[in-house]
Amino acid sequence: MPYGYWGRLLEVNLSTEDVKTLQVDKRTMRKYVGGRGLGVKILWDRLGDRWEEIDPLGPDNILLILTGPLTGYYPGSRVCVAGKSPQSNGVVGSTVGGEFGVELKSAGYDGIIITGESEKPVYLWINDDEVEIRDASHLWGKEAKDTLRILTRELIDEMSKKKPLRGLCKEPSILYIGPAGERKVRIAAVAHKLTHAAGYGGYGAVMGAKKLKAIAVKGSGPLPDVADLEGFKKLLDSVCKVLIKEFRMRYWGTGWAGYTVGADTSSEPIRNWQEEWHDEARFGVSFFEKYWIKRFWGDFGCPTTCLKIAFIRSGRFKGVLTDNPDYELQAYLGTNLGIFDPEGNIYLSSRADELGLCGIQTGNVMGFAAELYQRGILTKDDIGFELKWGDVEAFAKLQEMIARREGIGDLLAEGTYRAAVKISEMKKVDVMPYAIQVKGIGVGAHGIRSGLDYTKPTAYVCSLQGGDHTSVSNLDDQNRPGEYEMILLDSIVACWFNYKKQYLYEFFKVVAGWNLTEDEWYGELAPRIAAIQRTLLLLGGPDAYWDPRIHDENPQRFYEPLPSGPKKGAVVKREEIEKLKKTYYEAAGWDENGLPKPETLKRLGITELEKALERIRHRLGLA
Amino acid sequence: MSGEKPKIWIFRDYERCSGCRRCEIACSIRHEGRIWPEASRVRVFMPIPGLEIPHLCTQCPGYPCVEACPFDALLVDKNTGAVIVDRDKCTGCGKCIDACPGQIPFIHPRDGYAVICDLCGGDPECVKVCVEAGYNALITTPRSPSEIYKVYARTPQDIAKDLVSKLYGEEWEGWV
Ligand code: SF4
Ligand code: SF4
Ligand code: SF4
Repeated sequence: MPYGYWGRLLEVNLSTEDVKTLQVDKRTMRKYVGGRGLGVKILWDRLGDRWEEIDPLGPDNILLILTGPLTGYYPGSRVCVAGKSPQSNGVVGSTVGGEFGVELKSAGYDGIIITGESEKPVYLWINDDEVEIRDASHLWGKEAKDTLRILTRELIDEMSKKKPLRGLCKEPSILYIGPAGERKVRIAAVAHKLTHAAGYGGYGAVMGAKKLKAIAVKGSGPLPDVADLEGFKKLLDSVCKVLIKEFRMRYWGTGWAGYTVGADTSSEPIRNWQEEWHDEARFGVSFFEKYWIKRFWGDFGCPTTCLKIAFIRSGRFKGVLTDNPDYELQAYLGTNLGIFDPEGNIYLSSRADELGLCGIQTGNVMGFAAELYQRGILTKDDIGFELKWGDVEAFAKLQEMIARREGIGDLLAEGTYRAAVKISEMKKVDVMPYAIQVKGIGVGAHGIRSGLDYTKPTAYVCSLQGGDHTSVSNLDDQNRPGEYEMILLDSIVACWFNYKKQYLYEFFKVVAGWNLTEDEWYGELAPRIAAIQRTLLLLGGPDAYWDPRIHDENPQRFYEPLPSGPKKGAVVKREEIEKLKKTYYEAAGWDENGLPKPETLKRLGITELEKALERIRHRLGLA
Repeated sequence: MSGEKPKIWIFRDYERCSGCRRCEIACSIRHEGRIWPEASRVRVFMPIPGLEIPHLCTQCPGYPCVEACPFDALLVDKNTGAVIVDRDKCTGCGKCIDACPGQIPFIHPRDGYAVICDLCGGDPECVKVCVEAGYNALITTPRSPSEIYKVYARTPQDIAKDLVSKLYGEEWEGWV
C-alpha cells in the first residue's frame, strides 16, 4: 500500500447487519486517489448497471464516508461524504471539516461503505476493530445539541468502564443527522461537531432513509506512516507558515464577505437573486464580531482556524450558540431572504444547525418561496402566515416546517427544483424561472452576472455537482476544465481555504510516496473521475433526469440584467453560454451533446462506460 | 548557578485554544515519529465543541504521581522538573493516573506504559506551534518555586464546567 493509506475500508450492511473490512488495492488508490474520486469509482462499480432504478432514498443506495491520502496530514482535516444524491440523482462529493477523518484513520480505516437500510433507528459505533450497529431509538427525534451530548456521554462512560486503567477518554468523533434528515428532507445535511455540515448532495436524507442517526468513531492508533518523514515535517512547517500570514481569512473567516460580495463584486444573492448588489454596511463583519466569544476556531491540523464562535447573550435570541455564519449562510439565511440583521442571521443559522438542514439549500428554497409570495403565486393560505422579505420570525417558522415536513414545508423539503415542479402543477403557472438551481442543486452564493466574482458564466452550467459553488465548471487559465482542481481537493480531501498549489503536489509525494504530477492529474486522473461522475449524473433517475441540451444551463434569472449597483445592466448572454459550453465539453473530452466521447473513454481505459452512455443516448433520442 | 537554565512551565489559557490540535501533531511527531493524537503527551479534549481543552502535565509540586508509583517507574528530571517515565519499569498499572488530581497521565495505546509530558527536554514543541499561530493557549514561562502549579492539575470536565458558565451562561452547564 502506498503511504498515507491503510488500504482498508469498513463495509456495513444495515439490512443484514453484516460488518466486514475490504482491502483496496494500490492500483485503485493510484487511479482514484480517495474521497470523491474513489467514491465515484465505488458507486459506478456497484450501481452503474442499474443506476436509473436506484432510489437515493431507498435501501439500494450506498452511503460513503471517505478520507483521502492527505486527510490528517495536509493542514485542516476533512472527510468526503458521497452516494447517489437525492438532489441531483448523480454523485456529489460533499466534504465536511472536523476530526472524523482523523479518528477513522486512527481506527485503521480509510473509509466506510454503508449499504442496506435498518428497520429501526440505529447508530454505528466504531472503536478500532470493534464495530457495532446499535439501537438509536433514544436519539431519534433529537436536535443537534442533544444528539451530540447524549451520545458523547454514553460512549465515554462505556469506554471508561471497558478500560478503567487507561486514563481519561477523549470524546469520539460523530457524524449525525437532525430531525430534517430523519424525515428524508432532501436538503438535509450530514452534521459534525455542533456546527459543521456536509450540505451539498442531501446525504442527511440518505442517512435518514437508512434510519442511521449517527456514526461515532474512536480510534487509538496512529495515522498511517508517511513516505518521507523529514520531508513531510519541513513541508508542513512551510505551508503552515504561509497560511498563518493570511490575515483576512484567519481573523474574519469568510464572514467578511457578507458585506463585500454584495458591495464590492455585486454577486451576492439578494431576495432570491432579484438583486446581487447591496451597500448594507450594518451587515459587515464588524457587526458580527460583537457576538464572537472565540475568534479562532478550527479543526485538526488547521492553522487558519477561520471559524468563529458566536453567542447571543441577551434579547429575543438569548442563549443561541453557533459558529458565526460563514459567507454562504450570511448570504442564504441573510441577504437572500432580505435579512440584513446579524443577530437574526446568527439565529437562523443556529436553527439550521439544530435541525440538521443545509443552510445554503434551505435559504435557496425559502427565498424561492418568498418570491412566489411576493408575486402572489403562493398566498397566506398556502403558507399559513405572511412571508415577507426580512421577517426573521417568519423564515424561522418556515425552516422548522421544512425540517419537520409540516404544511407547505413538506413540499419545500423536496428542494427548490422538485418544489418548483410541484408548485407549477399545483398553481398552473411555470415557476421554474424563479428556481435558482442547476440540476436539482440550488446554486451557491456567488453570482455570475457582474463578472467580478470567481464564478465565470459557465460556473454552474457544466458542473458535475450542479449548483455547488465548491465545484464550479469554469475554464481555467490554461483552458482546462477548472472543476478538475476541485476534484483534486475533494479526492485527497483537503480544505479549499488551505489550498496552496505550489506545495500540494510535493506534499502528496512526501505523504503518499508517489509522484503525482499536475500533467497526470489534468491529463488522466481527473478526466477519468469526471467522465464517470458525468455519466452517473446523466443516467439520473428515478424521479428526475437531465438532458444536457436543456439542463446544462443557468437559472433563467442569470439572463436578466442586474437591476442595481455599479454593475447595473450586467447580464450573461445565452448565445455566449452555448458557445462556452461547447468549449468546455471539448476541453473535457465530451461530444457536442456533453457526453464523454468514445475515444476519451478509450484513452482513459474506461470503455465499460459505453453501455451506460448508450442508455443515455437512447433516452435522449440520440441513438 | 551560572550556566544552569531556569526551569520552565507551560502556562495554559483554555479560552484561547482554537482546537487546531497542532500541538498534538507536533508532540506526537517528536515523541512517536508520526502523527498519533492518542499518544500525544498533550491531548486536546472537547467537552463541548467550541470549548477545547489542551490537557497536559503541570509538574505539580509534591508530584503525587511519582509518589504513587509502586514500581519506581517515575522520576523527576532535575533540570527541567518534568516527570520522566522509565518504560522498562512501568507496568501500566494506572496508579499515577488515579493519584494525579487532573488525571493527566494515560497509558500508551500500543505500548502499555504511562505517558506524561517530558517538556521536550526544556524546549516544548507544542508551545512553538501554538505561539507561532498567535493563539498563545500554551506559552512557556519561567517556573518559580511555588505551590501555584498544583491548581492547574484538573480534569478537562472540571475546567470546562467553569468556562461554560463564564462564556455561555448557566443554562449551558448541564452540557458537561
Ligand atoms: S496548538 Fe494551541 S490552539 Fe492549537 S489545539 Fe493546541 S493548545 Fe489549542
Ligand atoms: S500534573 Fe499529574 S502527572 Fe503531572 S506531576 Fe502532577 S500528578 Fe504528576
Ligand atoms: S512539552 Fe513536549 S512532551 Fe510536553 S506536551 Fe508539549 S510537545 Fe509534548
